[in-house]
Amino acid sequence: MCKSVGFLVAVSCFGQGRPASAELIQKLDITVFADGRGLPVGTGTAAAGRAIYKSKCAVCHNDNGEGREKQYPALVGGIGTLATERPVKRVGSFWPYATTVFDYIRRSMPFDHPRTLGVDEVYAVTAFVLHLNGIVAEGFELNERNLAAVKMPNRDGFVPDQRPDVKAKR
Amino acid sequence: MKNRRRFLVFGAGVLAACKKAPDSESGAHMRVYGERAPGETSARWILELSASPGTGSSRTPLADLYGTITPTSLHYERHHSGVPAIEASKHELVIHGLVEKPLVFTMEELRKFPSFSRIYFMECGGNTMGEQRGNTQPDVQRSHGLLSGAEWTGVPLREVLKAVGVKPEAKWMIAEGADAGRMARSIPIEKVMDDALLAYGQNGEALRPEQGYPLRLFLPGWEGNTCVKWLHRLQFADAPAYSAKETAYYTELGKDGKAQIFTFVMEARSVITRPSGLQKIAPGFHEITGLAWTGKGRITKVEVSVDGGKTWAEAELQQPVLPLALVRFRYPWTWDGKEAVIQSRCTDETGFLQATHEELVAVRGSNSGYHYNAIKPWRVRADGMVTHV
Ligand code: HEC
Repeated sequence: MCKSVGFLVAVSCFGQGRPASAELIQKLDITVFADGRGLPVGTGTAAAGRAIYKSKCAVCHNDNGEGREKQYPALVGGIGTLATERPVKRVGSFWPYATTVFDYIRRSMPFDHPRTLGVDEVYAVTAFVLHLNGIVAEGFELNERNLAAVKMPNRDGFVPDQRPDVKAKR
Repeated sequence: MKNRRRFLVFGAGVLAACKKAPDSESGAHMRVYGERAPGETSARWILELSASPGTGSSRTPLADLYGTITPTSLHYERHHSGVPAIEASKHELVIHGLVEKPLVFTMEELRKFPSFSRIYFMECGGNTMGEQRGNTQPDVQRSHGLLSGAEWTGVPLREVLKAVGVKPEAKWMIAEGADAGRMARSIPIEKVMDDALLAYGQNGEALRPEQGYPLRLFLPGWEGNTCVKWLHRLQFADAPAYSAKETAYYTELGKDGKAQIFTFVMEARSVITRPSGLQKIAPGFHEITGLAWTGKGRITKVEVSVDGGKTWAEAELQQPVLPLALVRFRYPWTWDGKEAVIQSRCTDETGFLQATHEELVAVRGSNSGYHYNAIKPWRVRADGMVTHV
């Protein structure tokens, strides 16, 4: 512990930090792991997510996730294109885990007011985005127990760093 | 009154402009915070990626710069949710997860650790991405400008971690920023314990807001996105988070439709910055100059070709050649006024030799984008204009 003894000005205190309370960690920790650890308790369906999407997301991502201009990314499309000349990397075609979709929407969206949705709203709107991609049914009730088991089309599409892969000729 | 004042100011301006600078008169007052000469106008080139403010990138004007240190005002930026306004006195770093003692550090406490300073390059994983598909840019700022060099100061992360006690099961560290989007990346524990820096200083002063004020992670030689800015949380875990920015982005899609993930290190590369795109040169003597760098230690050699890659000659490297830092190279050249293609290639201490565009695309295809590091040729036209090839 941090004590100052006479004029030995608490050298041992320098850079020691203070204990992080469980409440503080709980407040800040929003990481969701691919196996579902970190998911908050909650639930939502795509049917419920449709209305939230319409009022909170469609202004940028368009009515059915088509995106707007090229600045606001589309949230649909691209499935089956990854090995072609013009791959389309989208949530449904490229993202390996549904947990990542949940985690990203919870931490970063809506872009202009992130972290303003309630937990159930995040589940619902995540379900809706997955539904737009044909991954879950409209009535499917997404929750902290089944989200990690939702299999994304590109789950097995990632390999480790292969470099150095390019060999230059002298 | 207003008009009169305007006239006076205008009049004074005209007078000043007409007067020959008298070298017998004393000069201007001192400034409490310096500025460059009014005629020096080199600037970053900004690409806004969304209508929302602050997203996108700004690129370093590499062709205008000398030496290897990028002035902080010209250091490249890449933001995903704008630049947050953070007060250093209120900023804290929380370290938790698989640790013995979860701790919170104020900036004041972090600055009390013995400080460490080192010159490093930083490059965005997406630098020159367009080149792979042949979407070349007209100048080196727009093609290669997501690259800068600076002296970074902070505390080695492993020193701070002695206080929290990282558990042996911890294999990854998830670093999160306090920007609006809470951008997060997962970092392997080996890098954390090797040379990861908690940086609060850049080029001798506190970080600028756009560089992560008051605290950023700095991972020497690794793609810029992993150097999480506005760092406020470090979580130790047995697995990576597979965050959006390490799955959907900063992964390289190969020809077979599989994407490489956790591709952190920036492999060796070099580029000629003068003469380069959009410059115009006259026949006669020119010093070809540029930069080389590698995330795997030291640059050992830079070669220059002025005949389209038929022959190569060794360039002079500005000493000292620092590891994981920009290296300035020079090569004297007398241009005969005929069309020429000039380019550079580098070798690093692992024996890695920078490849041509064709060699790279033959292995990776055209879709990987990130970590494209091929040779960059410039064409010098007969009229002296320098263009991309
Ligand atoms: C103000 C505009 C705006 C609003 C509103 C908005 N987004 Fe976004 N969204 C963006 C931008 C911009 C990006 C890209 C951010 C980046 O590149 O880092 C993005 C990215 C995404 C992505 C990742 C897509 C990809 O492939 O990169 C998802 C998923 C997403 N948004 C979902 C949502 C949801 C769900 C909502 C509603 C709760 C929402 N967004 C509201 C602007 C917006």
